[in-house]
Amino acid sequence: MSADIAVVDYGMGNLRSVSKAIEHVAPALSVVVTSDPEVIAAAGRVVFPGQGAARDCMREIDARGLRQAIVDAARSKPFLGICMGMQVLFEHSEEGDTACLGILPGTVRRFPHEAMHDEAGDKLKVPHMGWNNVHQAIPHPLWAGIEDGARFYFVHSYFVQPDRPDAIAGFSHYPFPFSCAVATANMFAVQFHPEKSQNDGLMLLGNFVTWNPGERDTACDMSGAACA
Amino acid sequence: MLAKRIIPCLDVTNGRVVKGVNFVELKDAGDPVEIARRYNEAGADELTFLDITASSDNRDLILHIIEAVASEVFIPLTVGGGVRAVGDVQRLLNAGADKVSINTSAVVNPQLVKDAADRYGSQCIVVAIDAKRTGDHWEVFTHGGRTATGLDAIEWAKKMESLGAGELLLTSMDRDGTKSGFDLELTRAISEAVDIPIIASGGVGTLQHLVDGVKEGRADAVLAASIFHFGEYGVDEAKRYMKQHGIEVRL
Repeated sequence: MSADIAVVDYGMGNLRSVSKAIEHVAPALSVVVTSDPEVIAAAGRVVFPGQGAARDCMREIDARGLRQAIVDAARSKPFLGICMGMQVLFEHSEEGDTACLGILPGTVRRFPHEAMHDEAGDKLKVPHMGWNNVHQAIPHPLWAGIEDGARFYFVHSYFVQPDRPDAIAGFSHYPFPFSCAVATANMFAVQFHPEKSQNDGLMLLGNFVTWNPGERDTACDMSGAACA
Repeated sequence: MLAKRIIPCLDVTNGRVVKGVNFVELKDAGDPVEIARRYNEAGADELTFLDITASSDNRDLILHIIEAVASEVFIPLTVGGGVRAVGDVQRLLNAGADKVSINTSAVVNPQLVKDAADRYGSQCIVVAIDAKRTGDHWEVFTHGGRTATGLDAIEWAKKMESLGAGELLLTSMDRDGTKSGFDLELTRAISEAVDIPIIASGGVGTLQHLVDGVKEGRADAVLAASIFHFGEYGVDEAKRYMKQHGIEVRL
């Protein structure tokens, strides 16, 4: 039987938190942690987490033959990228000068050493670690029930710069604005860790496991309205 | 804006949370899972578990505790105590820890910090530094403050950053247990010497001490144990106090 939710395991860090949090919000669904492309292809929805360095992540993805399965899933079914799992969706990362999956146009940049001061002139640390406000750039089913500006837990030294502004679903400030959530028709990806962001994080994961991206399109088709 | 973090610390031995009273007597402070749940509900930004179990026979108990906590508390969990090898880091991460704190072993074998950071990422490697004022500088101590290393704390902090530590947990051995406040001079010196976040620890007795740690010590996070364990102050109360004093917190 195919899983309701596949959590992609490519050997980069601890996936237990992610799978436990999903099980917590979706006790009736089957959640598998897998590095099998066929299991990912058969799953109803896919969660793509990750931590560590971009180059190692890409190497491990290819070593396990997962590249095509991830690309296919990101283009075809409800897909949630988290942290490094968001960054490697883009074309290129400054971290280790790494070519990434190229599903989304754009690059991944490091927080610049020279600009890291707050309004009071105090030094800001890198990694950006802790709870920061997430501003919702667009309405989206995954933001349902979550206050605009709610705090989520971050830990990262690199951030994404999407080429297309319409892909940006949320942003945060450190100290300048950066994209911390991006969305396509069936994909949502976040820089923060919903699995570590207490109630609002669980809310986002709960929204993901019930998200049906096709519904909006169907409604549009039926009404004949133009859908972006 | 990024919030300053409040991190309750739970000292765990033989499966129970304990707290030293007057430096010697360990007083039972309760069940770790229950306490973690309570702190989570009160708004703790992270939790740190320090395994002070003396006997290696009972070391696996901490893994079961972390597994239980990680299944119901969805905030970052740091675990330290007895981490000697990359395999220890892996076991704790697999049990559900998000970060692992390395203390004595970082001094004995600095390569461990590099190996663990290379393997699992800097974001999950915390180096704990126990420092004590010696003359005109601060010296690193190990083995719970019993063993002097001759290392200068500021230089050591820089070295740990360069080897891949993602965060430093800085404890003043002069202040630990005194309730007289953080060593602000030490905290600030280390915080300004490195680019990675600093957690201040050791000496918290009042909520004003937490404010001072952030404002004067330039700490990115503050860690405290006893003021929370024995109900002197709630985590939520501490955060409101910090906010009233102009510190960005998650409420």
